Amino acid sequence: MNNIRKNRWKDQAFKVWGIACTLLGLVLLVIFIGSVIVDGLQRIDWDFITSLPSRKAERAGIFTALMGSVWVLVLTTIIALPVGIAAAIYLEEYAKKNRLSSLLEVNISNLAGVPSIIYGLLGLEIFVRIMQMGASVLAGSFTLALLILPIVIVSTREAIKAVPKSVRDASFALGASKWQTVSRQLLPASFGGILTGIILALSRAVGETAPLIVIGALTYVPFAPSSPMDEFSVLPIQIFNWISRPQHGFEVNAAAAIIVLLSITFLMNGIAVYFRNKWQKKLK
Amino acid sequence: MRRIKEMVIEKALLSSALITIAVTVGIILVLSIEAIAFFSEVSIIDFFTDTQWTPLFADKHFGILPLLSGTLLTSFIAIAFAVPVGLSISIYISEYAPKSFRRTVKPALELLAAVPTVVYGFFALTVVTPFLQSFIPGLSGFNALSAGLVMGIMIIPFISSLSEDALHAVPHSLREAAYGMGSTKLQNAFKVMVPAASSGIIVSIILAISRAIGETMIVAIAAGQQPRLTLDPTVPVETITAYIVQVSLGDVQHGSLEYRTIFAAGITLFVFTFLLNTISYRIRKRFQEKYE
Amino acid sequence: MSKLKTKESIIDSDIKRKYKLQAEGVKVFYDDFMAIKGIDMSIKANKVTAFIGPSGCGKSTFLRLFNRMNDYVDGFRMEGKITIDGGNIYKKKINVEQLRKQVGMVFQKPNPFPKSIFENVAYGLKIQGIKDKRFLQEKVEESLKQVALWDEVKDGLNKSALALSGGQQQRLCIARTLAVEPSVILMDEPTSALDPLSTAKIEELIYELKKEYTIVIVTHNMQQASRVSDYTAFFYMGELIEYDQTKKIFTNPEKQQTENYITGRFG
Repeated sequence: MNNIRKNRWKDQAFKVWGIACTLLGLVLLVIFIGSVIVDGLQRIDWDFITSLPSRKAERAGIFTALMGSVWVLVLTTIIALPVGIAAAIYLEEYAKKNRLSSLLEVNISNLAGVPSIIYGLLGLEIFVRIMQMGASVLAGSFTLALLILPIVIVSTREAIKAVPKSVRDASFALGASKWQTVSRQLLPASFGGILTGIILALSRAVGETAPLIVIGALTYVPFAPSSPMDEFSVLPIQIFNWISRPQHGFEVNAAAAIIVLLSITFLMNGIAVYFRNKWQKKLK
Repeated sequence: MRRIKEMVIEKALLSSALITIAVTVGIILVLSIEAIAFFSEVSIIDFFTDTQWTPLFADKHFGILPLLSGTLLTSFIAIAFAVPVGLSISIYISEYAPKSFRRTVKPALELLAAVPTVVYGFFALTVVTPFLQSFIPGLSGFNALSAGLVMGIMIIPFISSLSEDALHAVPHSLREAAYGMGSTKLQNAFKVMVPAASSGIIVSIILAISRAIGETMIVAIAAGQQPRLTLDPTVPVETITAYIVQVSLGDVQHGSLEYRTIFAAGITLFVFTFLLNTISYRIRKRFQEKYE
Repeated sequence: MSKLKTKESIIDSDIKRKYKLQAEGVKVFYDDFMAIKGIDMSIKANKVTAFIGPSGCGKSTFLRLFNRMNDYVDGFRMEGKITIDGGNIYKKKINVEQLRKQVGMVFQKPNPFPKSIFENVAYGLKIQGIKDKRFLQEKVEESLKQVALWDEVKDGLNKSALALSGGQQQRLCIARTLAVEPSVILMDEPTSALDPLSTAKIEELIYELKKEYTIVIVTHNMQQASRVSDYTAFFYMGELIEYDQTKKIFTNPEKQQTENYITGRFG
């Protein structure tokens, strides 16, 4: 009897511990967002968003960095999307089970685990130096595109895989070729899932700092980029720069810029989740 | 005509897939070429045995150990914090919590993983460090402890989410069998479920370690930039990644020895994470085959 | 089987033309496993031929040879010859897409595309590059009328096909197949996922369709085979055990194994 009671007590104790752990993460998230808001919200106004950087904390704004982020995001999408989706289609629908496909498989899984800063080193040598793009928006976008490529591929494959096999059977049985089946049935049916994966990948790209620092993105740029070959900064680098300054005014700026960055990331995640739910319902 | 079109499309898709191989080859080539140039000037024995890393000073030393110790120290703190918490969360969510709880909490935890790392760095520097200083008086403004803990917070959702998936994949019959023999949820969780899902859980931990070792911005912001061979978590240290950032921010001439140090540091980092990723991939493959 | 073979060999080529589908010495392997162990068979045009036999006897695999749907299975390999109207469909140069337009297929579970009813029926035509809207509309209407679904769906052609009931979905899948004007229709247990009422409707439809099409149907349901088919083939362990007129098979089979199976003594 005693033993049973002890077991039940342990059971209850673990339950409490489990709840505590689960809440820990969430509570920390709340504390953190709370503290950032307390620090930074007062600093956010239209001027903060539209002002150029400045040596004086109270006059500095995030316009150039924000524009840099937008440029990088758009170009990264243009570069990573076609390649990532095409690679996923190949692996999921065309590849036969052989050495090449298993090599591709291991390789992509490995790339997904390569630290982002290593992509920075790759981009520095290949894009900035050998291809002579300099520390431009384009070089940064190529670097980030390679970084998110494995994520795009993996999530696109998942989405295509989720389309029932019977759809393929039916399409082939009606005389459709492989590509017709892919383009007319599989891609439309998996669109929601692919979109979700892409938005999540881009939300990762928008928060990346280290690889862009390594390729030489600037911490101070006087103007927003106007072409892919221009020098640039991005929001996370601007935040990093402000964090590393001693004056309190810049810490406030950093907090304010973090609010903007977090809003963008959470918004993207929210949109992704919305599309995923909608898509999953449709697929059922 | 149509057949040619189909073939062209297939080849185009294949070449997109092959780009991923080119990326890996590119990484390995870039890192090795610069690293080989580095080791032609610095002895590889010094690199692994010298206890000082001062390539940017007049008295140059090129011992990777201080950077390695900084990396391992911060990663160890992160893992020591994240593994017990993350695993507890996964067990609680899969074995105890009601379904509605799972549906709301899981996405909320995944939001933790979506926060950019530079933001975590800010958190470590401006919230966690001052908080810890209030009861660890000797704690330096930059330290491994605070950076490690915050990195742990960042990693929690990785471990909890992947482990929870692994627990979820255990056949329901196994759970019922354990309950049928009168075990409590706790006994069932630790004696049946966790062993059954062990490979998935191990994979989640290995990936978390790999992630911690490669993490850059948190440590660059909160752990400091002083390479030192120590296991003391209260003083400033420098990790491999933080060093690469530090050099990148400065004005280092391409082709100089300083420039090459970041590739030597980078290849060390790459080898570590590559090994960890490969191990986890192997385990995952074997695990999949077992269940299919 | 031996008897059947001798019968065939004395048939002159004129009569042979009545056979729509023919298999000669067909063997199928999945890696090292032999799923079909050498089958010769001739199937008549404008008749319904039923394939019966216990699970795993190879009847579905054999059916899927006629539109080459096994090509996508890993480790699939075939020996022997399969002809449609005398043409070998496993020739190297054969256009598989073209073949499948000629040989339609209906699957075990209704598998409409996650698109509108109209798009489902028009799909087979659209992939042939047909864009003429009027033609498509006429064809969709005609096909849906053929399967007696038109009246039920004509006001909601743009609604999702997934909203239809199981029986309606299966009739839609048949309409989809008819729209590309095949001459052969393969049916792989087309009613196994349906309720008795829907099953009856499909069976009625099969009876109607055989006027214009050659139909081969795999079924687990003995009553169904006896109701809808003119010829019945009994498969066991990858071999064709007996093949004759349905009446003969069900009343007076030659082989003991066949009798055991249809009387429910095994399988």
